[in-house]
Amino acid sequence: MPREILLGDEAVALGAVHAGLSAAYSYPGTPASEILEYLLRLAAETKAFPAVWSVNEKVAYEEALGASFAGKRALVSFKHVGLNVAADPFMNSAITGANGGLLVVSADDPGMHSSQNEQDSRFYVQFARIFGYEPSDHQEAYDMTREAFDLSERLGLPVLMRLVTRLSHSRSAVETREPRPQNELKKGAGKDWILLPVNARRRFAELLDRQGEMVRLSDESRFNILKLNDQDRSVGVIASGIAYNYFREAVAGDAAPPSFLKTSTYPLPEGLIRKLVGHVDTVLVLEDGYPFIERQIQGLFGIPGKTVQGKTSGALPASGELTPDIVRRALGRAPLPSLQASGLPLAGRPPQLCVGCPHSDTFKALNKALEGRTGSNVFSDIGCYTLGALPPHNAIHTCVCMGASIGMARGASDVGLHPAVSVIGDSTFAHSGITPLLSAATANTDMTVIILDNATTAMTGGQPSYGSGERLLRLVESLGVLKDHIRTIEPLPKNHDKNVQVIKDEIGYPGLSVVVAVRECVQEQRKKRS
Amino acid sequence: MKQDIILAGVGGQGILSIAYVIDNAALADGLAFKQAEVHGMAQRGGAVQSHMRLSDGTIWSDLIPKGEADMILSVEPLEALRYFDHLRPDGIVITSSTPFRNIPDYPDVDKVLEALRLAPRSIVVDSEKLAKEAGTVKAQNIVLLGAASSFLILKQESLLKTIDGLFRGRGLPVLEANLKAFELGKKAALGS
Repeated sequence: MPREILLGDEAVALGAVHAGLSAAYSYPGTPASEILEYLLRLAAETKAFPAVWSVNEKVAYEEALGASFAGKRALVSFKHVGLNVAADPFMNSAITGANGGLLVVSADDPGMHSSQNEQDSRFYVQFARIFGYEPSDHQEAYDMTREAFDLSERLGLPVLMRLVTRLSHSRSAVETREPRPQNELKKGAGKDWILLPVNARRRFAELLDRQGEMVRLSDESRFNILKLNDQDRSVGVIASGIAYNYFREAVAGDAAPPSFLKTSTYPLPEGLIRKLVGHVDTVLVLEDGYPFIERQIQGLFGIPGKTVQGKTSGALPASGELTPDIVRRALGRAPLPSLQASGLPLAGRPPQLCVGCPHSDTFKALNKALEGRTGSNVFSDIGCYTLGALPPHNAIHTCVCMGASIGMARGASDVGLHPAVSVIGDSTFAHSGITPLLSAATANTDMTVIILDNATTAMTGGQPSYGSGERLLRLVESLGVLKDHIRTIEPLPKNHDKNVQVIKDEIGYPGLSVVVAVRECVQEQRKKRS
Repeated sequence: MKQDIILAGVGGQGILSIAYVIDNAALADGLAFKQAEVHGMAQRGGAVQSHMRLSDGTIWSDLIPKGEADMILSVEPLEALRYFDHLRPDGIVITSSTPFRNIPDYPDVDKVLEALRLAPRSIVVDSEKLAKEAGTVKAQNIVLLGAASSFLILKQESLLKTIDGLFRGRGLPVLEANLKAFELGKKAALGS
């Protein structure tokens, strides 16, 4: 069988293609972006399926659901917080069901390497009452993806795959298998898809009826492994996903490792868990993310005669990413000897805006324009420009979620804050900034929105933007922003004084203004030159 | 037979290209490998590292446990120091002496180099000078890869073949500069 070097994300992407994928949709976000990046490259070569950067995750989900309803296999992928944006169609698609296989890939970011929170997508699996997979390595990511499409069609439900940063962005060799052809178009059961209460009640009851079957599938899954140690019944380990690797790493030298259950599927394999718990006195649960398994096992009252340990009990840190060292300690093993540090204080090296970045010039102009105005708040958003919060700029005061800056500026202005300024990138504006701007334009709210148009989705590696250039200006005008108060600046050092004046003027205008700072991302410029 | 390597540097210094060459050489040599890397926000001029694990057996963790790394290979001296606690007591440090100063509180570089010498074995190469000598200052990462090449459990020809594949598409002068950078790095390490 051929072996390919793949990121965890790419193993999922290739698994999907080999499972007969007909369409893929996503919105960029670390650590999930590389799934669609890889599919785009394959799609360009083979022309076998569309791979699309959607305008946001909700739209991506609906596009994938439509492809599934047409009988084809579809994939939708995003980072964990992207599933919040897509939660509405996601939750309801568990009620409508899927026609062609529908795989939802949600990549969590324990430790918040590039995220605002470390929410755990396994709760969404449970929330929607569907089936979920959690691979521990690249081969499983590929194999599970192939199986997930079959299972989605067998259950008639979407299936979710949970990844974590450490697998998404790790590379290894994967053995691939013969591809399966794509599905034919197939018209599905129309009534199931009309979620009028009369249909939704019936469909929800049907979904609940499938829960036992899903637990059985989980118990029988070839990806779950139970190994009992008959000599030592003191401690047993339940390890899911990548935590399983850290466990095996720590016990690699053991002649007889402790009893363990590797879990990789949701709902939890209850039968296997009962066997492990029945075999040992203390159960140590190892999972990256929230104590999802630990809390289900422990419940409110615990298990008589047994001790359950994990993140809730304090055996492992409640937050942050797991590491082999943390797991080693939780297993009661001494740290390995390592080289002593020199004692020289190591200056940190946080990320920063690139040299020559247009955002730097915009922030300099904005800071100057706001000089002396102590009561102002600059509401900002998600993107490279969030780094404007750090020195030397210290220019922004919020970063909450995609598109939040505009709605927040309006709320602040409504209660009397002046000046209320919003700073948002062009791609983030297209993602979730249009509707709050429509709302502010209708009310002619006294606020100033600065759209940083660098013509790309820069932070995640330069994916296309839906709201850039002339299209962006027309879009802003069409939302009802007065033409006289849509101003364009070019953020360059030589234009500093002029740009400060434009921002000052618009802050002084008692209504809604939009200042568009137009200059291409320097990374994208560099790519074009090379 | 196993080798665990921490690759270190600053976002944009070409750590991932070093990793790419090692991954492909490992595949060609029939070794198992896992290589965890950093994408996203940290790539914007921040500290980046990659955990590179090679073995003829099973590799479990994608991350190298503290005390398990056989080598730190760094394109920047301060970044080499950052991961000392991952190095085995008998590990080797191979690093560039060229500081990348994009922070206001960069320490005295002589003190950094002095601290690096606390490792039982350290090889410090002037990657900037050697890369310029090879024809492009951009090849500092390949200078370092060359410096490490004699200490890797990988075949030289597998490394060179991957470098060839990586740079041939960018024109013969780029390829030749990188091959020369590799040789200069290798020679410098063996002579130090």
